[in-house]
Amino acid sequence: MAEISMSAGRFRRLGETDRPSVEIEVDGEQVVALEGDSLLVAVLASGRTLRRSEFGDGDRSGFCLMGACQDCWMWTAEGGRVRACTTPVRAGLRLITQAMSEDLWPIPA
Amino acid sequence: MIIVGAGPAGMRAAEALAAAGIRPTVIDEGQLSGGQIYRRQPVNFTRRYEALYGADAKKARALHKAFNALQGRIDYRPETLAWNLRDDVLHIVTDGVAAALRFDALILATGATDRLAPIAGWTLPGCYSLGGAQIALKAQACSIGARPLFLGTGPLLYLLAYQYLKAGAPPAAVLDTAPFAAQVKALPDLAVRPGFLARGLMFRARLRAAGILIENGVEPLAIEGEGKVAAVRYRTAGGTERRIACDAVGMGFHLRSETQLADLAGCPFLFDAATGQWRPDADRDGRTPRAGIYVAGDGARLLGADAAEAAGRLAALAALTDRGMEVDMAEVARLRRRMERLDRFRRGLATAFPWPARLACAVADEVIVCRCEAITAGNIREAAVGKDAPELNRAKALSRIGMGRCQGRFCSSAAAEILAEARNVPLAEVGRLRGQAPIKPLSMATVKGERP
Amino acid sequence: MQADIIIVGGGIMGASAAFFLRRRGKSVILLERGLVGQQASGVNFGNVRRQGRYLQQLPLANRSRAIWDRLPELIGEDCEFVASGHLRVCYTREQADKMEAYSQDARDYGLDLEMLSSNALRARFPYLGRETIAGCYDPSGGHANPRLTAPAIGRAARRAGADVREEAEVVGIAKAGDDFVVEVKGQGELRAPMLLITAGAWGGKLSALFGEPVPLAVHGPQMTVTEPLPYRIAPTIGVSTPHLHETVYFRQVKRGNIICGGFARGPASNETNRATVLPEAILGQMEQLRRVMPGFANVSTIRSWSGIESYLPDDVPIMGPSATTPGLYYAFGFCGAGFQIGPGVGDVMAELIATGATTTPIAQYGISRFASLAP
Repeated sequence: MAEISMSAGRFRRLGETDRPSVEIEVDGEQVVALEGDSLLVAVLASGRTLRRSEFGDGDRSGFCLMGACQDCWMWTAEGGRVRACTTPVRAGLRLITQAMSEDLWPIPA
Repeated sequence: MIIVGAGPAGMRAAEALAAAGIRPTVIDEGQLSGGQIYRRQPVNFTRRYEALYGADAKKARALHKAFNALQGRIDYRPETLAWNLRDDVLHIVTDGVAAALRFDALILATGATDRLAPIAGWTLPGCYSLGGAQIALKAQACSIGARPLFLGTGPLLYLLAYQYLKAGAPPAAVLDTAPFAAQVKALPDLAVRPGFLARGLMFRARLRAAGILIENGVEPLAIEGEGKVAAVRYRTAGGTERRIACDAVGMGFHLRSETQLADLAGCPFLFDAATGQWRPDADRDGRTPRAGIYVAGDGARLLGADAAEAAGRLAALAALTDRGMEVDMAEVARLRRRMERLDRFRRGLATAFPWPARLACAVADEVIVCRCEAITAGNIREAAVGKDAPELNRAKALSRIGMGRCQGRFCSSAAAEILAEARNVPLAEVGRLRGQAPIKPLSMATVKGERP
Repeated sequence: MQADIIIVGGGIMGASAAFFLRRRGKSVILLERGLVGQQASGVNFGNVRRQGRYLQQLPLANRSRAIWDRLPELIGEDCEFVASGHLRVCYTREQADKMEAYSQDARDYGLDLEMLSSNALRARFPYLGRETIAGCYDPSGGHANPRLTAPAIGRAARRAGADVREEAEVVGIAKAGDDFVVEVKGQGELRAPMLLITAGAWGGKLSALFGEPVPLAVHGPQMTVTEPLPYRIAPTIGVSTPHLHETVYFRQVKRGNIICGGFARGPASNETNRATVLPEAILGQMEQLRRVMPGFANVSTIRSWSGIESYLPDDVPIMGPSATTPGLYYAFGFCGAGFQIGPGVGDVMAELIATGATTTPIAQYGISRFASLAP
């Protein structure tokens, strides 16, 4: 079983760590999360940020965590969009923090 | 009958309607019922109610239990967004499928979010709303950082700092923009809820005992860092500039109501001078002037969770009365009295933890006010003065303030202050941003489902 | 208070007319009941397109197109106008033939269009849906920000010396001798020997005062906008089809958001001043947008809006002198297609009012075509 980090992340896990781990991919790198994590927590606990502002003012890591501020929308490798704070982690999910490639948007018909 | 929101107001409204033999539809965005204050943790988490809700554990348990007991007697639709409303039809979307639900009565129990004022650097990773910082802890057993700093004002500021301390993530500091004198001045009104007051004082005492710095009357100057939060710079009440190292910030200035659906329903709004906010006009039972539309809980008036439970019941009883059904008038009278008492408490909160209007007005031109579209204070001032925008919707058209994904939820309070200041007019005169559907982002993959 | 011309209605037509009249040395008072460019001029799609306009309107559209290029020089800002192309696509052979015929005819009016076969379309715009079988491309087309444009022209008119009055509601108009006497709520009477009505959906009420009623209908465009996305779609793209529900169009601004419209017209009222985006129309529009651009299925719509546009039964605006009253002029009822020609309309009306004639033919727009409706 992969180790989950207790201290390296932006978010710190304070408890409830006795959960099965779930592997996802963020920008092509493997990230180990726990079942029951939101995507936001899964990514932030790994030390990464969620997204890059579309307007050149840097990285963002969410804000309200309750689906109101919309500052945590991520891309999936398939070109889909997910709101990280309200979406539970799912094994095998491939997330992208920044839409650079034209294979992502707009996908050729 | 439809209820939007499964927090304390919506849950109690559902209970009252179900008790009257009506099978209400309850629409809620959450995966689990409970709303924000009584938010439930994911099913595979194991912490006990006492650990999650502290002194409110009993209330949380009672509320969850009451709502669970409604199973089968209500049409409960979790993970469902009410995205639009027109002509007595509520438009919802569940898992990418849209449906249109016609209603005779609609109870909007849509809750509230943190009220925000921008501070230089507040878009840095590691900066969250106070509510967000609480959800991290409550729903995910995480702290927002190893050394978080809490900043702003309102009862949540102290509650959250205390919760973080207890959970093993002692805050770097608690910086309250409200002067201590304001909190003293509010004591008579706050004393309406003696328990609340005592707890507030206890939080402070425990934080101080743990050696955590609490400062009142501060002026936040900047959240600093490169790619992540590194420090908060502020000016003390005495005028000294200080810098405290931290790796995360939770910030907020009490709350603002979620009123988008009431707005789309055509409900008239009133300006509340005490808080500088607009709220849907409603009578003491939650009846709006728009027939069939009721508002309850923090989405109507910011009175807190206890009042939300009462308001939910009251709105449900009002809807039943309007339908010509018999209700227990003694209960109605009791609930009304309770609401009146709690309204005094609301005034107390507004006095104790005033919205920092001056801070919002004074924000520097280059600071981002609208997080969604990266619109700065300077952009708003240019629309206000250079392009002569007399009110918020015009400023929006000319500057894009409030045009982003969040529909102005997190920028409009400050934008209104900046605009009013730039135009040198009272805050009420610049109006409020009109709501526009969809009230949250709606995937273009959405397909049409059932018809009304 | 006296001026050479009073203009009633501060949309893009009125603001442009005020601006160009000042350049011809005329004194102008522009009266706007609300704020300049707040109604149809501010809520429309922002298409700066000539392609698809009926051929007889192309001279006017050409004149206006030239002004769009000169906006920075004329009014000091570009209103986010980009000449990034305009593409029409279609789903049927029959419609492709119609586009082909139009492109042939348009050439005689100075509009050069390029027909694109299915393969060419695919090669240049790989994101378009498989159902699109042909396209017609106008490299000179593009788009601009309607929320900025009329207000910017209004401010330029003011800087040029026009008396631009916002929140100035006209409550009475009469002709006294050689002058029009216009009563403005709370401001008293204004006088001018010439009067231009550019009041959009409210224009018909004013023309009726001079015995020239018109069958004006009002509708609301169904506009939506997406979240910001990487900038990849340069041209304005629209579906060419005889069916209203298939008629959708979109454009991406350089910041990244994509503005979309079409599928239906919504209810609007020039009495209550309200216009609605129908929830069903938002969903229907999404369905049609996914058809022309499947990649839309991955993005979110974040906002919708409408406004009050005025239409005439022959889909032709009213422009030119009154047939009953000397000194009175009209430019309203632009049938949801006034934005691109707005600056040109202002220029032409200024020329007409200042010189008594215009070098761009506008006879087809005369209000007298509805003379049979007069009492």
